[in-house]
Amino acid sequence: MSDVIARLEVLKTYKLYVGGKFPRSESGRVYEVTDSKGQWLANAPLGTRKDTRDAVLAARAAVKGWAGTTAYNRGQVLYRVAEMLQGRREQFTAEVATAEGLSAKKAAALVDAAIDRWVWYAGWTDKVAQIAGGANPVAGPYFNLSTPEPTGVVGVVAPQRGTGFSFLGLVSVIAPAIATGNTVVVAAAADAPLPALSLGEVLATSDVPGGVVNIISGRTADIAPTLASHQDINALDLAGAIAVEGPGAAAALEASAADTLKRVLRPAEDQSALDWTDAPGTERLLSFLETKTVWHPMGI
Amino acid sequence: MAKNKNVEEPVKKSGLFEYAPAPESPAAAGDIASSYGHFIGGEFVDSSGSEALKTVNPATEQVLAEFAQGTDEDVDRAVTAARKAFADWSALPGSERAKYLFRIARIVQERSRELAVLESIDNGKPIRETRDVDLPLVAAHFFYYAGWADKLDYAGYGANPKPLGVAGQVIPWNFPLLMLAWKIAPALATGNTVVLKPAETTPLTALRFAEICRQAGLPKGVVNIVTGDGRTGAALTAHPDVNKVAFTGSTPVGRAIAKQLAGTRKKLSLELGGKAANIVFDDAPIDQAVEGIVNGIFFNQGHVCCAGSRLLVQESIQDELLDALKRRMGTLRVGDPLDKNTDIGAINSAEQLARITALTAAGEAEGAERWSPACELPGNGFWFRPTLFTGVSQAHRIAQEEIFGPVLSVLTFRTPAEAVEKANNTPYGLSAGIWTEKGSRILWMANRLKAGVVWANTFNKFDPTSPFGGYKESGYGREGGRHGLEAYLDV
Repeated sequence: MSDVIARLEVLKTYKLYVGGKFPRSESGRVYEVTDSKGQWLANAPLGTRKDTRDAVLAARAAVKGWAGTTAYNRGQVLYRVAEMLQGRREQFTAEVATAEGLSAKKAAALVDAAIDRWVWYAGWTDKVAQIAGGANPVAGPYFNLSTPEPTGVVGVVAPQRGTGFSFLGLVSVIAPAIATGNTVVVAAAADAPLPALSLGEVLATSDVPGGVVNIISGRTADIAPTLASHQDINALDLAGAIAVEGPGAAAALEASAADTLKRVLRPAEDQSALDWTDAPGTERLLSFLETKTVWHPMGI
Repeated sequence: MAKNKNVEEPVKKSGLFEYAPAPESPAAAGDIASSYGHFIGGEFVDSSGSEALKTVNPATEQVLAEFAQGTDEDVDRAVTAARKAFADWSALPGSERAKYLFRIARIVQERSRELAVLESIDNGKPIRETRDVDLPLVAAHFFYYAGWADKLDYAGYGANPKPLGVAGQVIPWNFPLLMLAWKIAPALATGNTVVLKPAETTPLTALRFAEICRQAGLPKGVVNIVTGDGRTGAALTAHPDVNKVAFTGSTPVGRAIAKQLAGTRKKLSLELGGKAANIVFDDAPIDQAVEGIVNGIFFNQGHVCCAGSRLLVQESIQDELLDALKRRMGTLRVGDPLDKNTDIGAINSAEQLARITALTAAGEAEGAERWSPACELPGNGFWFRPTLFTGVSQAHRIAQEEIFGPVLSVLTFRTPAEAVEKANNTPYGLSAGIWTEKGSRILWMANRLKAGVVWANTFNKFDPTSPFGGYKESGYGREGGRHGLEAYLDV
């Protein structure tokens, strides 16, 4: 009998994605991530309130540059994300399969859909202003133009339920927010954070400036309330707020967000019934925009 | 207001034309009943409670009428009436809903003198403004949204967008009938029915509008008006059968409503406070800028959420601009709202006057320099001289808090970047003004100002086609234009 040992696989240390860097949690803590059958997959950083606040700082710092790039440029950056993802399709397929308990074939279809979703939003960046803005025919000698502008920093509770939530769902909430020039801090799905943490690695190599997307894994009940109450966050996407009570529940988060009058996109009434492969429409794309209307007199 | 050292002594305004009074007739306001109930299900009805409030003419302090303090039961009756009317109203072809709104617009035009006078009496604002601004805009708003009622498929929200149901609407006292129009016109055009609560100091034009709904033959229950103070408003926004809440008013109340609605499926739009910067560059046409500054802060006694209450003037022209501004302020006529020459009418209420007085006192206490032109104020009623503060720092309360009165805080800047920094240094983000002859600078500034409306070389212009609403803590959602439909559609 030959005594050859199969090559030992090199495992990945999953890290947070903050300000374009990959820090561990400041807590020094991790938590076990398992597949749908309870088998250990990896240790994920147990992101804290402090990690979340650091991420908000990074996101705020990135707003000016990202919102200031041309829409054409943002479109190219988003398309670049799709290109990078295409090359890592197998990795994400494996992560989605274990995260959602799917066959490799179904998981691959969801990853393909996620790649295509980046392409869809890449094409939106330089069209939003034309569908959401325009000239207003006021009854007087004035030039009057409405344009949509990014709201600023958006706190995102990533999807935790529904078909394709772990990656396609995640992409479906990040891409529309950044397509229009916002920056985001994402609370990754608590029980299935690995595709989100891996996405950070893709974004870091896709011309997305550091700080535009920040991803924190950990307990939703720690991270989401920090986002909801943070003074320097402008809007919240509660897509994955699944808790029915406690500080992470959608109602509690929305109430907390009211203190700073954040714009809030509420979660679907039945999150488990969501199918993230459905056509996204424009609701999310248009949710984190502010309409600015400029007047100027006409005359000689 | 007692005279103080910062107020110029009255002097003969030599060189100025003295105007003879040109009073509008109070009788043109039509009959004001001694007491009013609510308008529910197409009828004027008594409140279930016995508490009555009084509305006074702020220019005379005379009681105009009593009106009901809406109870929870009253609100429930009104919401029930609106719910009952919703099925038929939302099922009506858009073209038919449109015709009702066109009818309302026409009747408003026909009765605009009556409504303008009534508004001036109840609110204290000059007849020149109610006649030339409020009422034309009210009619225009109904005209504009009337046209949308049968064109919603083309509004950019997909085919056949659905109404939300019953809208609970709470409006402020600064533009009573105009705010009613901003709320009711888009709600009805999109197929919703409404329960509207006017402000407790200005209920009369809303109640008169109820008569217009009857004249227009509007189906019963489509528009319901329930009067009362904040308790009535809270009952309305809390009512479980309300699907949509629209509020215009203060940021603290808006915040409370947002909290109250957390965890419900009610859609919310908020139009809240502001502390707009009106930014004047050294190349601005001074005379036009002065007119814009005056219009920006003294229009409607400064009771305007988007008022240009912070003047940011480039340091190099500060003296020239302030001299011209003071000269112009000296010509403002403060007094009888029904006099067609009046520029600044009465402060809406004793409570508001107290708030303005307290904040201006804080301005002096914190070290800003106060100035007002000489002007006689009537003996009765609530009045406040147009007031200017110089030497204001960004930390002063008068630079941060919404005063909602005829009080202008002057700050200076050196560079455009500093102007942007200072202009955006507020939790609010409703409006801003830019005065410069340089086009590229206007666009550069407009791009950077965090404000929902930017007026360049003009100020305080409104139009039903033009979306209005704020960034940050000035609220969310837009009123006016195609954008204004979204707040009332299930999209």
